[in-house]
Amino acid sequence: MFSPVRTPTHSRARLPFWMTAMPVLLCLLLSGVSTLHAQDWFKTSTSSGASSIRIAVADFKPLSSDPQTVPFKQTFDKTLYNDLANAGIFDVVSKSLQPQATPGAPAEISLAQWAAAPSSAAMVAFGGFSVQGGRIICNGYLFDAKNAQYPQVLAKQYNEAASEDSARQVAHRFADEIIFRLGGGTPGIAETKIYYVKIAGGTKEIWAMDYDGANQHPVTHLGTISISPRISPDNSRLAFSSLGKHGFQIRMYSLLLNRMVSFPEAGGTNLSPAWSPDGNNVAYSSSRTGDPEIWISDANGSLARRITSFRGPDVSPVYNPKTGAQIAWVSGRTGLPQIYIMGTDGSGVQRMTDGGYASSPSWSPNGQFLAFAWNRKYGPGAPGGQDIYVMEIATKRWIQLTHDQGPCDFPSWSPDGRHIVYASSANGRTAQNKIWTMLADGTQKHELTGVGADMPNWSWK
Amino acid sequence: MNVTRTKINRAIVVAATIIAMGAVSGCHKKHSGINPNSLGPAETAAAPTATITADPTAIDVGQSVVLNWRTENATTVTIDGIGPVNANGTQTVSPSTSTNFHLTAKGDGGTAEANVRVTVRVPEAPTVPSNENGDMGSDEVFHQNVKDVFFDYDSYDLRPDAQTSISQAASYLAAHPAIKVVIGGYCDDRGSAEYNLALGENRANSARTALVNAGVAASRLRVISYGKEKQFCTEENESCWQQNRRAQFSLDR
Repeated sequence: MFSPVRTPTHSRARLPFWMTAMPVLLCLLLSGVSTLHAQDWFKTSTSSGASSIRIAVADFKPLSSDPQTVPFKQTFDKTLYNDLANAGIFDVVSKSLQPQATPGAPAEISLAQWAAAPSSAAMVAFGGFSVQGGRIICNGYLFDAKNAQYPQVLAKQYNEAASEDSARQVAHRFADEIIFRLGGGTPGIAETKIYYVKIAGGTKEIWAMDYDGANQHPVTHLGTISISPRISPDNSRLAFSSLGKHGFQIRMYSLLLNRMVSFPEAGGTNLSPAWSPDGNNVAYSSSRTGDPEIWISDANGSLARRITSFRGPDVSPVYNPKTGAQIAWVSGRTGLPQIYIMGTDGSGVQRMTDGGYASSPSWSPNGQFLAFAWNRKYGPGAPGGQDIYVMEIATKRWIQLTHDQGPCDFPSWSPDGRHIVYASSANGRTAQNKIWTMLADGTQKHELTGVGADMPNWSWK
Repeated sequence: MNVTRTKINRAIVVAATIIAMGAVSGCHKKHSGINPNSLGPAETAAAPTATITADPTAIDVGQSVVLNWRTENATTVTIDGIGPVNANGTQTVSPSTSTNFHLTAKGDGGTAEANVRVTVRVPEAPTVPSNENGDMGSDEVFHQNVKDVFFDYDSYDLRPDAQTSISQAASYLAAHPAIKVVIGGYCDDRGSAEYNLALGENRANSARTALVNAGVAASRLRVISYGKEKQFCTEENESCWQQNRRAQFSLDR
């Protein structure tokens, strides 16, 4: 849950007035100071108010003797369990606590057995899985264990060409149905992708993987340094920045054509593209005038116009995905880089961070929060490191999500707003970076990749 | 390539000189034919003549060359650097540098001169590049004269030591107008990769602006930011970080 609450614990015995007044004054003083730096509490989508739903995920029943059934079913079971465990809204019953039964159809389940201790499940996901004639046939059910009369919440049938990958995808789709039904109407993320930079030798290529780290595969083969992948809202195009003869330029890859498509070059360094939520515009940093500023062009690179105008680096823009009317970005106009927000016409510039070294903003899907990398005590010899923070935009209150795991950078929100993916390396070396994921309250951190993976970008859907 | 071309040029010059000498002395003879003096009282003495040759005309350092000269009607014959010599003779010399052997023959009838040039090939001596033919010269000479400039942490302002490098670089570039320069902007490996690319752009542009202000044409300067993507030094300490925080000048070939 995502609600750290400050609890002032000042116990005072009976004392003369001045002695009681002093702590009160101190208290006031301290609380005044702490609102400036405070880790005040606020809620992200991870904490919806209700406590997590306790759900049991039965192993599916193998319904054919095809030799592929067992291995694919095991992949399916594991993927479904992990998807629900990772969703952030469930209390998943440990496999060791649940009944041994593997009901393959509604007639075979004894709900009382699942509702009773120790599994104590409120919901049960179960079903049958078979491979027949080279196709996966899967029937999945979600039953309410406390509703004896009308227990069925969900029934789904899947029929896909048999492969390891389809077994995973079927599990993702069924998990997303369950999450959508039980998670307050927010679509699940089990079918989403993460685009990232793969570091190998002297080159960096753009790679893609499923949200859970499976199916890691290259997208580009450019043989140079390509960074900052940003997937378009409709998953059709991938914008990034690549080092060519004239420095870094915005490049565009079509995931429909599976090849590079043209995007005009401009003078100077051009980097860190960001899609508007309607997919019609791309904001990026361009130094075609000699100073790096935020520019916006249409998705084909035409009609480029400058949004910022201030000496110093301006880089890493990101749209407010809810409204499309605001941009958060990083500016070095006052020295060390800070996070700012402004309208897409360049008006209403507002500084969000109050010091340190802040970079890599990512705007939450509901428009309320910014996640970013922040080193609050930056300076020679100073303690503290670069960690992931989330700030509530309306109040500028923030919380720290990572601690003591080495420098962290490039947070990116999942489309359901419940997860944040980021890059981190224990020793601070970029080549040693791994991609991690966590819930938006900083819990359930785990690695998605091995070393040499950087700059993750979560797809919009 | 350039050295070979220079050698060929020099050989041509030597040949031309010899031909020219022949032509001049030929003219001289003709002139003597229509010399007004010859119309007056009969000449008491003939004009001297002189020729000098060298074999071979090009040597490596340490090798020797045979000079061979002939004069007529001369009373004193001298060769610069050798001194008075016989009217006709040969001598073996081993000059350490390319030398013009200048022979002067004086007689009652006047003075005659002759030249031969001996080219000495010095093995790959670093020579100041000649720029008349668009040659940018070697990277070594360039880096000796155009030094990288270094920056403070998260800064793209030129420091006083950088100003010195810039003025030195500007005067070198002014003297070598054929050189075009690419300025690379680099950062240490701390902080955001994207921000550092923008910062590197600002650093390279600071150096570019300083060179332009010092009189170097902007069209000769190209800027590329590498941010923290191309680390020069990969250790995690201040001396290494400092080496990475720089604007690096290279020949834009």
